[in-house]
Amino acid sequence: MTRTDGPEALLADLLEETSLVIACGPGGVGKTTTAAALGLAAAASLDARVLVLTVDPARRLADALGLDGIGNDVAEVPASFFTALGHEARGSLSVAMLDAGASWDRLIRTTAPSPEVAEEIISNPLYRNITTRFARGHEYIAMERIFELVGTGEFDLLILDTPPSQSAIDLLDAPERMADFFSSRLLGWLTAPLRSRLLNFATRPFTALADRVLGTQFLTDTSRFFLLLQGMYDGFVERSNAVAALLREPTTLFVVVTTPETIPVNEARRFVDALKARSLRLGVVIANKVLPSSLLDADTLQAAGRMVADTEALEADLAESGIEDAGGVARVLAAISENFENFAVLAGRQRALLDELRSRHDVVIELPHLLDEVVDVEALSRIGNLLLAEPTG
Amino acid sequence: MTGERAAPPGILERHLLFVTGKGGVGKTTLAAALAMLVAGRGQRVLVCAMERGEDLALALGSAPLAYRPTELAPGLFAMEMDTEAALREYLVVQAHLPPIGRIGGVAEAFDFLASAAPGVREILTIGKLCYEVKELHYDLVIVDAAASGHFIGHLAAPVGMRELAGIGAIGDQTKWMLDILEDAERTGVVVVTTPEETPVLEALELCELLQVVTSVPLAGVVANRVLPELFGRRDASLFERLDEMSHASAVGRSAVIPPDALARLIDAAKLSMQLRSTGVEHLDNLRAGLGAQVPLVLLPMLFSGAEGAAGTAELARALLDELA
Repeated sequence: MTRTDGPEALLADLLEETSLVIACGPGGVGKTTTAAALGLAAAASLDARVLVLTVDPARRLADALGLDGIGNDVAEVPASFFTALGHEARGSLSVAMLDAGASWDRLIRTTAPSPEVAEEIISNPLYRNITTRFARGHEYIAMERIFELVGTGEFDLLILDTPPSQSAIDLLDAPERMADFFSSRLLGWLTAPLRSRLLNFATRPFTALADRVLGTQFLTDTSRFFLLLQGMYDGFVERSNAVAALLREPTTLFVVVTTPETIPVNEARRFVDALKARSLRLGVVIANKVLPSSLLDADTLQAAGRMVADTEALEADLAESGIEDAGGVARVLAAISENFENFAVLAGRQRALLDELRSRHDVVIELPHLLDEVVDVEALSRIGNLLLAEPTG
Repeated sequence: MTGERAAPPGILERHLLFVTGKGGVGKTTLAAALAMLVAGRGQRVLVCAMERGEDLALALGSAPLAYRPTELAPGLFAMEMDTEAALREYLVVQAHLPPIGRIGGVAEAFDFLASAAPGVREILTIGKLCYEVKELHYDLVIVDAAASGHFIGHLAAPVGMRELAGIGAIGDQTKWMLDILEDAERTGVVVVTTPEETPVLEALELCELLQVVTSVPLAGVVANRVLPELFGRRDASLFERLDEMSHASAVGRSAVIPPDALARLIDAAKLSMQLRSTGVEHLDNLRAGLGAQVPLVLLPMLFSGAEGAAGTAELARALLDELA
């Protein structure tokens, strides 16, 4: 295997000691595509059973991987798919989508003391509401599903494409918040009035506030719902703690994906800081949609500047060189020169942001701005090769 | 509903605008630019970051924002949402309770309640903005809202709450909030996108969800960063000829342009043209998906490189050209 010594080689090496990759970062930066490409490259080059868990119901991605849509159940990408790419896969690739609702139902069914209690909870009107928004429910359930999949032992490498988190840090804290919630004394207070007619002296101010904020009826409904869950608190706390521990495993690797634009870079930077503050294992930062470096060429920019500034001189010069339709050619040259100047500004701003990112974390992999942005097999494979710096073909 | 209803008001004629879209399409900058534009016309405007306010502060060239609105320029107020402060205000202003001195225990208790009863947080934060509209404190309140998926969750909260908590304090609160939120004369959602595949698909999905899950009206869609056409048809064929003969051509030999530079100029032009042509395709899909009823505003890609407030002001000028 020939590898360069750049940051990509590092990612390939890191994967050897990794069983869970968590791809995170701001929304709209190509996280899902990056996770899929990484999975594809890993399955092709490592002797490993790889699973990509996506949160995005991306039909294009399913099509690109030769699947009829991606569901909550695990689907294996057919081997013929790799043969079509021109090489045998050393490992295998499977894909699943995170269906938050179905995953919550499954969690309730595995934690509930009896099937009857599970059904009663699932049919409670508060339940759906709570599972979609509760304590950053989406972030939590993504972690929970990964925990479940790790537990099956069917995969050597799991790659999680995380939900676009409003604040990516919520994702890191979701399991602990969940554990905190279910071990909170306030939970006991919330259900206290239903368990005993005697209002405890200590709980009274809390109940009064809850009553003012929620209203009596809603408070009663909420309390009744949590009373249903009562026997399951310990189970939730235990599982949440296990999920939190999984994040801290030395074989768990975080990858931060971003684009070289101001706001996404700010968010990526905050996330890098949050990972470091929590001593979590950060592998690489991946910058997507980087414009070609030829746009930064100073000589070209200078030549462009001259042509834009004095199109008449350009025309005269072209005419002198015996060029047909010198006027038209000069006009076109001026237009493409101005275009170059414009894109040079964008590329320069990107460069500054990338330098800033590098000052925060030294391993930044740059992926080019793909022109056709079509998620097909070749594109995924190309991105994957760039990520792992494997020899192409 | 009668058939004689007047056309819905334009984007800037409403009193409460939620600006949302896929992450990274420039919704914060657009919210800031809308605010600058409206304040520049002599109106009072409040722009509020629903989540972390750092990006909005950056776009407005302001110091960190707080819950209490700061006047950044005549008539231009900005704030950052803070659930705890909104709760305190709610308890005092609307639930008519004496101010709570020690928020410590209450904050913890509230945090817990908001986790136990999802939707409560949104009722308070969106409620605060609706309250500003109801009390006519501003001509326009602009919300730099959460990205698409979360945003629908936030807006759906009052509807969900209406069903779950029909009676009681929260129930009453949601009633008047929904009167404002569902009124197309006053409220509208502005969906921001860029001429790329996923942002366009997500924008269309969002517009549909908005109708299915909530009754909050859509004010319009803004396509940001639209690339200009490099040249007309005649010059396009000249460009092709230039490209064909680029390497050994007389142009390349002329003293004005070094051959390397010419090749790079041509590559950059091709990049731009390809981005433009796929962009046009996505914009066509967007227009077709939205239908003729929904206003679609196209904003050009700004190349100046201006950052912060200067960049926002530039976008505000482009917006003025399009909305005027």
